[in-house]
Amino acid sequence: MEVTWKKYTYTFLITAVIFITAIYVSNYFGQKKINEIKDIESRISVDILASETQFSLLSELSCKEITSGLLSKELATLGDKLSYTEENRGSNDTEVLNLKKYYSLLQIKDFLLMQKIKERCGSNATNGGLSIMYFYSNKGDCDDCQKEGFVLTRLRQDYPELRVYSFDYNLDLSAVQTLITVYNIEKKLPAILINDKVYYGFESIDDIKKIMPALKEIDSQRAKEALKSSQGTSTKVK
Amino acid sequence: MHLISEGITYIFLFFALYVEVFFLITYFEVRDKEKKTSVPAIVNKWPSVSVIIPVWNEENTVLKTIFSVLKLNYPKDKLSILIVDDGSTDNTWNVIQRFSHNKQIRLIRKENGGKYTALNHALGLVNTDLVGCLDADSFVHPEALKRIVVQFEDKEIMAVAPSVIIFEPKGLLGLIQKAEYMFGIFLRKVFSYLNAIYITPGPFSIFRRSVFETLGNYRHAHNTEDMEIAMRMQKNKMRIGSAHDAFVYTVAPAGFTSLYRQRLRWIYGFLKNSIDYRDMFFKPQYGNLGMIVLPAAGLSLVSTIYFWIALIVHWANTIILKIEEISTVGISFKGFNFDFFYVDLNIIFLISLFAILGTLFIIVNSRKLAEEKNKFGLDSILFLMLYTLIAPIWVSKAVYNVIFLRETKWR
Repeated sequence: MEVTWKKYTYTFLITAVIFITAIYVSNYFGQKKINEIKDIESRISVDILASETQFSLLSELSCKEITSGLLSKELATLGDKLSYTEENRGSNDTEVLNLKKYYSLLQIKDFLLMQKIKERCGSNATNGGLSIMYFYSNKGDCDDCQKEGFVLTRLRQDYPELRVYSFDYNLDLSAVQTLITVYNIEKKLPAILINDKVYYGFESIDDIKKIMPALKEIDSQRAKEALKSSQGTSTKVK
Repeated sequence: MHLISEGITYIFLFFALYVEVFFLITYFEVRDKEKKTSVPAIVNKWPSVSVIIPVWNEENTVLKTIFSVLKLNYPKDKLSILIVDDGSTDNTWNVIQRFSHNKQIRLIRKENGGKYTALNHALGLVNTDLVGCLDADSFVHPEALKRIVVQFEDKEIMAVAPSVIIFEPKGLLGLIQKAEYMFGIFLRKVFSYLNAIYITPGPFSIFRRSVFETLGNYRHAHNTEDMEIAMRMQKNKMRIGSAHDAFVYTVAPAGFTSLYRQRLRWIYGFLKNSIDYRDMFFKPQYGNLGMIVLPAAGLSLVSTIYFWIALIVHWANTIILKIEEISTVGISFKGFNFDFFYVDLNIIFLISLFAILGTLFIIVNSRKLAEEKNKFGLDSILFLMLYTLIAPIWVSKAVYNVIFLRETKWR
């Protein structure tokens, strides 16, 4: 019974090559995804800068010129992709942390821009000016953060006009910490900030709708439109 | 904890891939060698062969088994059949009486003592050059014996294992077993080349009589005497070959319970025999069997349980999360937008992909060896998708039985 050491070595080398290839391919696509997030971030950054500039230029003019297109539409996509990446690479990954910091900054800038537009031109210019600021923690010290995440994701899906800004309470970023100080947000997470008022603990979809009657208005408007269109169809059928 | 489980996963994946690559390289070597070597020489003088058929309450299948042996394309004066009724309590003994006047057949009746006692009883009466066993739930291809006997032209070959195929597979479990048995044909061919066959299947493995004269008779061997005799032969440096074109058809357990019992016996037997023959593991003097095949078989059992538990934990977490989501926000049917970003190309996924490609190659080639018409079938798909989900059930129980010293039963 012969032992083919040479073959064992070859097999080891081939297996190692397959492993290394898998690591390389995985890293390649992982980096590609990071770059994709970076691209989105830089696009949003340009969007915000452009909006700010447009806003400054138009400050002397009437609010009619300001359209809802001023606010970036990619923030939600970026948020989804970033949270997916965080889930896969871990929240301690340096790349993830950097992307998250930048994302948080972009959210703050977007929020400030929206506030400015709202102040000057009223809520109509910003699609009703609907926004929620959400503070969470993924260090295992927030039992309801997962559930609150489901609620806000669903609200964002159902109401594209609603802007949800989510911040990691523990993120080591001065701007986020300043935001926490400015709004005096305690570490009783999850915490939600709506119209400068902080709500602690889990808030369901209905709770939030009660706090934001504008969402209910959207619902009733949609119901009316649906009724109209169904009446229109039934008339046609007749 | 997460890092530890990830580390274990990588180690298991590396070894699984190593073994698969090793078997594939060997398969290519066999193919090349077969292309270079000529067709086996025609045997001038066919050796005498005894086929022992141990029966115990097999009144429904035994006739088909006996007729298949009688129909073997082999000189009648060289083939004798010994039917040993191991104390059947049904009508088996009466059923086989129709052969009482057949010169080729000898009917023997003894008190029930288990398959190995029936085999040993018959072995004491055999004086042919070759001797084999055929389970009473199996039937042979007419050319099977000749194809096996040709292998004995090589003086070093002391036993030859056939290719076992599922007879008319029925239902989901039947189809999965069909693919599994064909997979086994591929592996046996590779093991044969590596001189590492460690099971001489109950259905129609043929031995030189001298094997039993030298090593002694069959043992109880935890109800897996066909595994023990092969391991004993390997330990004594006796070569076991295989004839991949010598087909034997066996009836698969139809229900889950009977399949579970059969597999529990096999895996338990493997584990117990591995403990009995533990000094063969990682010993270069036992060649590829000691260095690769036996350790790989052992490792595959451990990794099967590990990946199964990991999969169950993963699914349980996903389900709990989904339930939590639904109870919080209800069910929503949002449209599906494919985005490559969300395709998880992690290292484990990519290595598993390589491993699956290797498995697909083995499936396609095993079907070719089994002379199946199509390269791929429903059975292959079911095997790929479901086998790794159901096999851990009996593997886990077998490990449990070994650890907690619980015996397994034959049926």
